[in-house]
Amino acid sequence: MSTLSPFTRFNVGPDAQGLYSPESEKDACGLAMVATLRGYGGHDIVDMALSSLRNLEHRGAVGSDAGTGDGAGILTQLPDKFFRDVVSFELPLLGSYGAGLVFFEAESADKDRTSFEKIALEENLKVLGWRVPPTDPAVLGDQAREAMPLIEQVFVAASDGANGLELERRLFRLRKRSEREIGIYHPSLSMRTIVYKGMVTTLQLEPFFLDLSDERFESQLALVHSRFSTNTFPSWPLAHPFRFIAHNGEINTVKGNANWMAARESLLESELLGDLDQIKPIVTPGASDSATFDEVLELLVLSGRSLPHAMMMMIPGAWEKQLDIEPKLRDFFEYHSMIMEPWDGPAAVVFTDGTLVGATLDRNGLRPGRFVVTEDGFVILASEIGVAHIPADRIVRKGRLQPGKMFLIDTAKGQIIEDEEIKREVSALEPWGKWLESRRINLRDLPEREHVRYSSASVNRRQRVFGYTEEDLKEFIAPMARMGQEPIGAMGTDTPIAAISDRPRLLFDYFTQQFAQVTNPPLDAIREEVVTSLTTSIGPVLNLLEATPEHAKQLVLDYPILTNDELARIKNIDRGNNIGKAVTISGLYRVDQGAKALEARLDEMANEIDQALEDGATFIILSDRDSNRELAPIPSLLSISAMHHHLIRKGTRSRAGIVVECGDARDVHHMATLIGFGASGINPYLALETAEDMVIRGVVQGITPERSSKNMVKALGKGVLKIMSKMGISTIASYGGAQCFEAIGLSQELVDRYFTGTITKLGGVGLEILHIEIEKRHLAAYPLESASTVHLPLEVGGEMKWRREGPPHLFNPETIFKLQHSTKQKSYEIFKEYTKAVDDQAQRLMTLRGLFKFRDDLRTPIPIEEVEPISEIVKRFSTGAMSLGAISPEAHETLAIAMNRIGGKSNTGEGGESVERLLDKERRSAVKQVASGRFGVTSMYLTHADDIQIKMAQGAKPGEGGQLPPHKVYPWIAQLRHSTPGVGLISPPPHHDIYSIEDLKQLIFDLKRANRKARVHVKLVSQFGVGTVAAGVAKSKADVVLISGHDGGTGASPLNSLKHAGTPWELGLAETQQTLLLNGLRDRITVQVDGSMKTGRDVVVAALLGAEEYGFATAPLVVEGCILMRVCHLDTCPVGVATQNPDLRARFKGQADHVVNFFEFLAQEIREYLAELGFRSLDEAIGHVELLDVNEAIQHWKADGLDLSPIFASKELGTELNMRRTTHQDHELESHFDFPYIESAAPALKEGKPFTIEAEINNTQQAIGTMLGNELTQRWGEQGLNPDTLQLKLAGHAGQSVGAFVPRGMKITVVGDCNDYVGKGLSGGTIVVRPPDGAGFIASENVIAGNVIGYGATSGKIFLNGIVGERFLVRNSGVTAVVEGVGDHALEYMTGGRAIILGKTGINLGAGMSGGIAYVYKLSEARVNREALQLGEITLSGTSGEDAVELRAIIQEHFNETGSVLAKSILDNFDQELSNFVKVLPRDYARVMEIQQNAIISGYEPDGDEVWTQILEVSNG
Amino acid sequence: MADPRGFLKVTERETAPRRPVPVRIKDWKEVYAERNGEVVKQQASRCMDCGIPFCHQGCPLGNLIPEWNDLVHLGRSADAIDRLHATNNFPEFTGRLCPAPCESACVLGINQPPVTIKEIEVSIIDDAFDQGFVTPSIPERLTGKTVAVIGSGPAGLAAAQQLTRVGHTVAVFERDDRIGGLLRYGIPDFKMEKHHIDRRIAQMEAEGTKFRTGVNIGVDISWDEIKRRYDAVVVATGALVPRDLDVAGRDAQGIHFAMEYLAQSNKAVAGDTVEDQISAEGKHVVILGGGDTGADCLGTATRQGALSVTTLAIGNKPPEDRSEDQPWPMVPNLFEVASAHEEFGERKYLHSTVEFVSENGRVTGLKVADTQFVDGKRVPTPGTERVIPADLVLLALGFTGNESEQLVSQLGTKLDSRTNVSRDDRYQSQDGVFVAGDAGRGQSLIVWAIAEGRAAAAAVDEYLEGETQLPFPVKPTDKPLAVYS
Repeated sequence: MSTLSPFTRFNVGPDAQGLYSPESEKDACGLAMVATLRGYGGHDIVDMALSSLRNLEHRGAVGSDAGTGDGAGILTQLPDKFFRDVVSFELPLLGSYGAGLVFFEAESADKDRTSFEKIALEENLKVLGWRVPPTDPAVLGDQAREAMPLIEQVFVAASDGANGLELERRLFRLRKRSEREIGIYHPSLSMRTIVYKGMVTTLQLEPFFLDLSDERFESQLALVHSRFSTNTFPSWPLAHPFRFIAHNGEINTVKGNANWMAARESLLESELLGDLDQIKPIVTPGASDSATFDEVLELLVLSGRSLPHAMMMMIPGAWEKQLDIEPKLRDFFEYHSMIMEPWDGPAAVVFTDGTLVGATLDRNGLRPGRFVVTEDGFVILASEIGVAHIPADRIVRKGRLQPGKMFLIDTAKGQIIEDEEIKREVSALEPWGKWLESRRINLRDLPEREHVRYSSASVNRRQRVFGYTEEDLKEFIAPMARMGQEPIGAMGTDTPIAAISDRPRLLFDYFTQQFAQVTNPPLDAIREEVVTSLTTSIGPVLNLLEATPEHAKQLVLDYPILTNDELARIKNIDRGNNIGKAVTISGLYRVDQGAKALEARLDEMANEIDQALEDGATFIILSDRDSNRELAPIPSLLSISAMHHHLIRKGTRSRAGIVVECGDARDVHHMATLIGFGASGINPYLALETAEDMVIRGVVQGITPERSSKNMVKALGKGVLKIMSKMGISTIASYGGAQCFEAIGLSQELVDRYFTGTITKLGGVGLEILHIEIEKRHLAAYPLESASTVHLPLEVGGEMKWRREGPPHLFNPETIFKLQHSTKQKSYEIFKEYTKAVDDQAQRLMTLRGLFKFRDDLRTPIPIEEVEPISEIVKRFSTGAMSLGAISPEAHETLAIAMNRIGGKSNTGEGGESVERLLDKERRSAVKQVASGRFGVTSMYLTHADDIQIKMAQGAKPGEGGQLPPHKVYPWIAQLRHSTPGVGLISPPPHHDIYSIEDLKQLIFDLKRANRKARVHVKLVSQFGVGTVAAGVAKSKADVVLISGHDGGTGASPLNSLKHAGTPWELGLAETQQTLLLNGLRDRITVQVDGSMKTGRDVVVAALLGAEEYGFATAPLVVEGCILMRVCHLDTCPVGVATQNPDLRARFKGQADHVVNFFEFLAQEIREYLAELGFRSLDEAIGHVELLDVNEAIQHWKADGLDLSPIFASKELGTELNMRRTTHQDHELESHFDFPYIESAAPALKEGKPFTIEAEINNTQQAIGTMLGNELTQRWGEQGLNPDTLQLKLAGHAGQSVGAFVPRGMKITVVGDCNDYVGKGLSGGTIVVRPPDGAGFIASENVIAGNVIGYGATSGKIFLNGIVGERFLVRNSGVTAVVEGVGDHALEYMTGGRAIILGKTGINLGAGMSGGIAYVYKLSEARVNREALQLGEITLSGTSGEDAVELRAIIQEHFNETGSVLAKSILDNFDQELSNFVKVLPRDYARVMEIQQNAIISGYEPDGDEVWTQILEVSNG
Repeated sequence: MADPRGFLKVTERETAPRRPVPVRIKDWKEVYAERNGEVVKQQASRCMDCGIPFCHQGCPLGNLIPEWNDLVHLGRSADAIDRLHATNNFPEFTGRLCPAPCESACVLGINQPPVTIKEIEVSIIDDAFDQGFVTPSIPERLTGKTVAVIGSGPAGLAAAQQLTRVGHTVAVFERDDRIGGLLRYGIPDFKMEKHHIDRRIAQMEAEGTKFRTGVNIGVDISWDEIKRRYDAVVVATGALVPRDLDVAGRDAQGIHFAMEYLAQSNKAVAGDTVEDQISAEGKHVVILGGGDTGADCLGTATRQGALSVTTLAIGNKPPEDRSEDQPWPMVPNLFEVASAHEEFGERKYLHSTVEFVSENGRVTGLKVADTQFVDGKRVPTPGTERVIPADLVLLALGFTGNESEQLVSQLGTKLDSRTNVSRDDRYQSQDGVFVAGDAGRGQSLIVWAIAEGRAAAAAVDEYLEGETQLPFPVKPTDKPLAVYS
């Protein structure tokens, strides 16, 4: 019987079409939990939950149909009293019946009810009756009403009177079977809890379900949830809460988790739950990540584990690298890591079983959660503080969820159970540690093996077999072998993607990495390494629903990449150990017998593995060693994924660990794909042997062969960690099998069979072509006549650096020469030669758009005179975001001047802009970028923007941060970035104020208030699913969404990112256009595209696919003189374009006129195309995909399998009115808190006179003060006004981003508390937060403000009378702040300013901190970032002398502003207390400050050349 | 790359010095003094290992210049010669004779003197020969197919070596008495001593290439006969028809084509006895044509003991620096000082020869006039005529085509509009007959000749075997990068 999936019902979403696919939908949200400790329920709890929900409205979203929400719901205890009153039939005692809502299809409801009752009987249950809960569909939006199910309520009891958990388990079976067999959806069916939810807004939930307003509806607890979906296709079943949880966040590893669940399914057994086959699959197809999580949690709980226990299994804290963790707890975590991989991703989960109710935060703590406890026993926890209005004098405790920690309430006992207590109990359940010790074994404990060394000739022959090139050796292997680090490159990629490459490519190349953008944050695997883990255990996995010592019988691998000797240990594991038996399966086939032989061999391998498992194998090694003239290696990725999925389908995957022994994998990306498709360990033997051989041959010097192998392993492993972290995944155990890749150019058939579940949108090659590629490589290794290539042991390569015999590059000597010459000479004829050379790609297949042709049979050409003039077209052009720092001031300014001249836009890039240029009409950049480092992002900067661009990701390295090394932080760079010359700067991988889509909405909100006139852009990188992200961006009210192709240039990027992350813009743009049209959102947002655009044809293709504006970066740089050296990261650009070196800058010869020529030529060429296509303007052309077609004339052995029609699928969706932006976002600026005060605060704003505003506020008022700040800056410029001129005295709960970008002259005092992002980008203002007088709690022990305070702030003061959350003062570059306690990762990447922490700190303080000074009370060394301390980057010392004077003055000011009791007590005993302060000082910063001080004393210019030379000496060591 | 900042550390270009003029004109040996290996290494470190190595594009052979620059810098000579030989069969020839379009294209050359690519090249191969790295690459297996290569210049030799190495049996036919074509008899020893050729021929013979000198195909053996005897024929006969100057008095004695003069001198230097050798000894020599051949004549005349040598060029004196219409990375037409120019003689520009003046049938001088440009054409300016005395006049005005009468008459071969032998994009002129080098391309550089020889070999191999693994560096229609509009 086929399994039905009720999750796919009752929604308004379209089916997959074109490039759009519903599975790419993401969501995030707000949630709240209310409970009471008083021991009895009441309607007040329900009421409070519903009103909290309403105060979270701004965290949800509505789509194009303004009435339809993305979903909301509530979970409560069964309202027994209420039900007894409203049902017409007899109910047994509470605990002896279950109830729940049922979502029916109206037409089949009668039949389905009968079927349901029949299953109930089979499960030894009886249906007591049905009830139709009253609803009011009139309050719903149109879309929601259309999709609305028939909603009823069912009441069920046991036929034999069973009650309690026994009944609960039967209800579970009934519900599962009903869903599987009938296909109806049950929000819940339980004797403990009930869920009311649907496609409603937070405001509609209560009016829709009339039950909820009934005073008799009582509960001791309630969970509520408001959903923000990236799509506007919300569905009724996918609203939260689910049966046990509501979730804010995203499970990034869900595909892997679901696969592993499937793998474990055949082993599942539970006496308590009976025959599980009837309720399988446990994971319902079509369910969301949250729903899937809920299903597994439910299974774990109903099969006997406690709710906290199960939660700790699924979302373990970061135990692996925590020094001060309880040993028993560590044992608990380690034991359970052998049973289940973490469900990883940013998550705040509230959960309940009807008695226990709690919340937990994932190890990274990337979601907010704040709670208050009142004196009368109410506990309210929510995504924000202030959702329930409770007077401060009733509050006894204010806290927050902490990373990896659990917050739990036992409503039956009326107690809060603290995290330590929960964990103590759970870790004492069984002797986990003993079980581990008796069974577990670490790889390093296996007997050592003698190293086998291969001859150079052998290495070389096999290098040929696997298609190694000289470039691979030089650019990839050698740097990794030498330094243990992945190599860096620059300027993007411009070679054909594998799918249309003429030469044989490795299978790995057909997969591109997915990465986090917007809906979840990438991690910082370097600075926040403490939460990551590369350790995994392999071996047979036993029944998930039991816990026995045998479960611990696993082999622990500390690292996923294995040396040859380590693999040898595993191969010989049965010698003297009883841990298991390893069987090697050979992945070779008879190459002369073609693809059939390849396919047959894969089948044989599957059979061999089945047999091996029968015979008791516990470790399978898939090996491609020992190929010869007849036998060629099967791509290791194909072998592993094929076997992995074969075993999942057979249900035997978890019986053995699989290790891959492969010769083809040699790059970080290769490792990541192998792990992502199921490998538990990888021995890239040939890469390691190559490294050894290069050392032995003297090619790589200065290390031993052994070291080279270790370095390789290290570089590859670290690289994998980085790829994981781009996806926001912290542990390799959950990355394994998670398939975070998309295929481009593989046939659906191949993918379905061997890479099941992977996205492949364009179809493409199958085994036939893969075989041909293998065969070509094989022939190169075994040539008919070896003398023919006697002098070239390996092919040259040419993927990174152009070579004549290598793959073609769009930029090559001819195109660069012609582009430079034509723009210099102002010769349109030569320019046409250039564009022809670029466009003439049909034969060489460089780009997807090269495969398109224009259809000239649909419209009549018009004379070119009728087409809009060049001057109109050039306005749509912008230059790429390249920071001053990446490129030279000369190159940067030249672009700006050119763009200003033609009315286009240049972009500051991430690095600020000097006030001098900011105000210069000729030299300013119209687009100001806001990136994760927030360098130079001040009120002044934002106020003078035409466009503000939020860089979510960068084409060349999506999901990664950046780093400006010390020697590139020249004095002029440091000044712009508000940092210190000669001290390196880090751009974090994520924006620390964007962990979710609602956070992005918040930043857009903040920026729009920092400059109301500017358009706000969001820059995304093309990948599968970017369309739905763009829809989310449109719903977040961005004015422009920019889709960036994967091939964009960059100053520095790991090579794997450059080549293997993201997709061409053609795909991302088409998907965006289609998804926005499907959502009805296209007309309110401008779509921009960039990424390797070079010609008029490129622009016209982009216009037809739906883009209105076009960005160019590499091409105008070439016009300026760039010759694609690809050394931007080395600061040695020989033409002065991408360097700060003054000698090299002097060589810059670019001229604005030449750039102008380029853009005007481009526009002219566009006019010619428009005339041919019969359009009078670009506007007319936008979205007309019907004019694009596949060029059938192109015949190609590989590309012929591609199906490009999904790219053109928006044909039927658009109309003239909605294919481009025709209206605009409603930013609701007038309803902002500040708006009315712009008039009334005129004395301050206009005349600079003191003025005070007093007001009550609540959490729905966000970015308070930002709009006023913008007004002030407009008038008073960079210096603002005297401190405290304009004062805001506020009482209550401030919404997010209070005081964002507030300039000098403003002071905001909040008496109450604040949410996240207080003082974001603070630009000189002052912010004070303190509790009200008479509060019922001690300020210094309670939480007063949320996460990420003072992010990217440049100057000003912050005083916080209480504890705050994670990442305090991240990337602060000038603010002085005082706080009384902080969470994890405080002072991350701080580059300047002062931080005074008077209380407790979380872990990982000072990670990446490179400037400023912190004074921390009783700082424990264990809490400081370990690497920074070990490397001496940060020094800890006592506080004395001038420091003490400074410290005292600041604490005094803190006391004056807040009246802090703690401050008072310290000041009163300052001389004694001084010894408790630890001074945290970054080493390089200290050195530079000293040099500059000395310079000033000696009369030197502190930013002069001599001083700079001295700085360089110390910073480079 | 060993040091990405190398070009910032070593900013000056430095090549091996030429021997002092008074010393070197006393012999016929190469003009360069011994190279300093350390200097070469240092110079190699100036290579920037560009993202787009324009040098590698500028070189018709596609020499892997950044790769071997790096290897030289690292001192890995054995690997360096492999990487050099991977694209170039005869670096000892090109390293001495090529005008180095690679250096014109060098990216460093945009702002600094370019890398000394040519010198690095020749140092690699010289070291390799010295250290015994150059060994025969003998095919493991013979195909049984036979190929005749007609002409033993650089194109023919390159084709022959490539084809031999993939197992074909190759015979090279040369109408002269020694192998080498223009390399041997067109190039004076002071530019390249002939033992370099002999050493390479020895390697080729060891690999199995057969050489037949003194056989003039078309005369001694007819073209159709050779086509019948071999499975494929490669025509590499060059473009040896010299450009003449059709003015009054041209038939006077003492007026010779440069090649005639140089060939005789080269034979004499090689130790042969040359009857009635044209010699510059004790004469006033005038050379018409300011190119490389003219300079070769000049150096030769100097060494023969000419009383004076005057080189006349009809056009402008080329500029010292790149002009705007010849932007980087094009090969610019620049004023160059060859070794011969340093030694002796005088260079004059804008001289149009109007008439040869003679007495008793012997040339005594040239009547010249100032050149003027009329509608882009160079014509003598009336009224500026004067006579320059000369008793030996050498015409070094380039070549106009190949000696293809028999080829055309015996095989029906077609010629293209510029009288070169026409061929398709796989170098094939007719079934089994391939054309490589100047014969097909017209007068060109030695690197183009070798590149064509290599490419034609790939075409021949493919023709014979159905597929090939030989490289195909250039298409017959490939041209250097230039502004065409």
